[in-house]
Amino acid sequence: MGGFLSFVKKETLHILRDSVTMLIALLMPVVQILLFGFAISTEVNNINVAVVVPHATEAVRKAVSRLEANPYFTFKGTLYGSQIDETLRSGRADAVVVFAADYDRRMAALAAGMPAEPPVQLIMDASNTNTATAGAGYLQSVLTEGMAGFSAPETHLLFNPQMKSAYNFVPGIMGLIFILICAILTSISIVREKETGTMEVLLVSPVRPIRIIFAKMIPYFALSCLNLASILLLARYVLEVPMSGSVGSIISVSLLYLVLALALGLFISTIANTQVTALLISAMLMLMPMIMLSGMVFPIENMPGILQAVSCIVPARWYIDAIRKLMIEGVPFADVLDDFLILVSMTVVLIGVALKKFNDRLE
Amino acid sequence: MKKTAIKVEALTKYYGKLTALDRVSFEVARGELFGLIGPDGAGKSTLFRLLTTLLVPDGGRATVDGADIVADYRTVRKRVGYMPGRFSLYPDLSVAENLAFFAALFGVKLQSNYDLIAPIYRQIEPFRERRAGKLSGGMKQKLALCCALIHRPSVLLLDEPTTGVDAVSRSEFWDMLAELKEKGISMLVSTPYMDEANRCDRIALCDRGRILGVDTPQGIVARFDEPLYALSGERMYELLSAARRSAGVRECYTFGETHHAIVDPGFDPDRFVRDLAEQGFRHIEIRPVVPGIEDVFMKWMRYE
Amino acid sequence: MNNPIISVKDLSKKFGDFTAVDRISFEVEKGEIFGFLGANGAGKTTAMRMLCGLSYPTSGSGTVAGFDVMREGERIKRRIGYMSQRFSLYDNLTVWENIRLYGGIYGLSRREILRRAVVVLNRLNFRSESRTLVGALPLGWKQKLAFSVATLHRPEVIFLDEPTGGVDPVTRRQFWELIYESAAGGTTVFVTTHYMDEAEYCSRVSIMVDGRIRALGKPAELKKQYAAQTMDEVFRTLARGAKRAE
Repeated sequence: MGGFLSFVKKETLHILRDSVTMLIALLMPVVQILLFGFAISTEVNNINVAVVVPHATEAVRKAVSRLEANPYFTFKGTLYGSQIDETLRSGRADAVVVFAADYDRRMAALAAGMPAEPPVQLIMDASNTNTATAGAGYLQSVLTEGMAGFSAPETHLLFNPQMKSAYNFVPGIMGLIFILICAILTSISIVREKETGTMEVLLVSPVRPIRIIFAKMIPYFALSCLNLASILLLARYVLEVPMSGSVGSIISVSLLYLVLALALGLFISTIANTQVTALLISAMLMLMPMIMLSGMVFPIENMPGILQAVSCIVPARWYIDAIRKLMIEGVPFADVLDDFLILVSMTVVLIGVALKKFNDRLE
Repeated sequence: MKKTAIKVEALTKYYGKLTALDRVSFEVARGELFGLIGPDGAGKSTLFRLLTTLLVPDGGRATVDGADIVADYRTVRKRVGYMPGRFSLYPDLSVAENLAFFAALFGVKLQSNYDLIAPIYRQIEPFRERRAGKLSGGMKQKLALCCALIHRPSVLLLDEPTTGVDAVSRSEFWDMLAELKEKGISMLVSTPYMDEANRCDRIALCDRGRILGVDTPQGIVARFDEPLYALSGERMYELLSAARRSAGVRECYTFGETHHAIVDPGFDPDRFVRDLAEQGFRHIEIRPVVPGIEDVFMKWMRYE
Repeated sequence: MNNPIISVKDLSKKFGDFTAVDRISFEVEKGEIFGFLGANGAGKTTAMRMLCGLSYPTSGSGTVAGFDVMREGERIKRRIGYMSQRFSLYDNLTVWENIRLYGGIYGLSRREILRRAVVVLNRLNFRSESRTLVGALPLGWKQKLAFSVATLHRPEVIFLDEPTGGVDPVTRRQFWELIYESAAGGTTVFVTTHYMDEAEYCSRVSIMVDGRIRALGKPAELKKQYAAQTMDEVFRTLARGAKRAE
């Protein structure tokens, strides 16, 4: 056992002394979480709105002041009808609200249930369709607010009523980060020994190489646990993800996923002979499908049948699914048992194949 | 205790179509320092990887310390110390950390075999906190040797330990091997430097997967059965082609500060010098010389 | 010396506190074979990089092929050739593709590359191998080819960094005959080696110890000066006193 501990120590030293890699491994989750949480969002936020008011009645002024007061809009002033095009083109405004000259009359007619022309026209810069759609929806709801008799269909958004994208991305990032750190770093550190020739010496020793390999995984497992902690804390306290489900369940599913990622790394290292190959296999064969097919970016239900089938073998799909349910829907562990069992069997198969493929000779 | 440390019989290894090792046979006696001398591509590293059980032969058999390299490969791994051709320590770990790791790898305590490595380790001990990657070429070799010896192997396999190392460090390294030999360790050492042959008890000259001959260095040299002359003078390069054109000269090639000429039995050195003088070469010196390992090697290569 | 092609005065290179090359001065005559010897870590590689225009000296001055090593590195690179044991040719290109590539790099026309390639392949007896992948050639052949490719653009100076490491003794000698031939044609050869018999083949050698040039002269003069039989002995006498390593 003393031998095993000294192997672990040696691996830990390798990680600690490669300060650049370690910094990346520890900072990457933080940066990604913050990046996805704040910068890349499909939420309505900071929409620049200008208005065209041909006839400023009391009702129109009220509507305009509602827009001015709303924190999600930045009010850019009033325009003449002829300036609309130029204002949108130059980007000074993302949306222009044009009030009809006979706004009061049209509103009154609508309120009385009579047919009438729409009292307000909305002109949007739709070069970014996501923000345009979300913004138009939100603008509409603000404008129709308090309009007597105006009956728009009512929509309820469950679990994520503000449509906050962070809720969606946190499980996705977790699925990605752990594969990156565990699988890529472990496979590279094993393959590096092949490349530098130290593997030759390790093989020509009485120790079963597999013990050395397991010793290698422990520090990376620890590193990933650190990341798990930092992601969960950031998600809870900075992005304010509700963590509706039990934290214990989230952690146990994540730990299982870490082991699976380590097994994946070991498997890659049995195929690759150089660090570059290991990196390419990890990045091209693992990472891309993981981003595309895990449901992190594109909903799986919208994929063609064949891709849905392929997505079943992507471990991140099941992990992200489980974490989404646990974190946002707050379901009990029993409801993610399917996902959990699938991940368990994937882990067992991967470890089995990797051990079988791992050679204690050079060919 | 077996009398043979290494026994190799008709060992053969292919890499695809290439024959890396072609029916190689030799024996290393217990306590012997045996040299494998040959250029890159001679199959030296392949032989080492077969003997260390990293590769499986395609033909023939071999034993190391009595254990078969295929059937009994776990036993072989316990008994050999191996230093691969490339620097194979962890550059980001310190000297002391590397040594501690290799001790753990072989499940031994550093202290228990300290007597064996002490003479070598003492030379690098002042740098024990330094990262192995920052050591000089010679120091790296010393550390690698310590790591290979840490479990007191009965047979030491050293693949080109002196390649790329300067002449002084090389000579120091051979001194260390001589000391280890005194302690009864059997050694198989490969080198591309022919001048290191004399540091071995016996040598095998090898080229392109074949063994050209096995003997003591003196025995190898004694097999050179043609008259050999050393030749020097002005304009050495022109002299080389002039000598090759001269009557009675079979071969002429550069050899350090002189040219070596293999000549026919009836060769007359005085006439040779006179002929060259007529061609304008002055101050030509010619004298018979004892051939070196390199002379033999080149002769055997040509007969291949 | 009246026509030096390499001329170096007090050239130094420091990395932080560490002086890798310490005020070296020497001259190399056109057509000379200059042996640049030294123990591991003596500073040979660093010095060679400065001469090739790959790294800036910290102080001192020098010219290679008439250009200043401090300011005209790019011009120097056009006029020199470089070959090392570690990197010379692309293993996954054929012999002919390698020749074409290097000819192209040095701006030779297609016709000229073809013409010189025929000369090179004939001289090396490689005509039948022009479509062989370089990776499939024996090391010795590869090194001979690498030398010919590195001199394809007829450089004024060719730098050879341990060109014969691990090469068999017969091919090693053939390699040196290529060097002699080049030198006889007026190319200056600047070569490092660990084989001390090769030091004897040089017109002059310098021996670096701890960043400084400790000995410089013809092999015969040095042997006389240090009362030694061979260059090997001269080298050992000087390098034994080395304080530092890489």
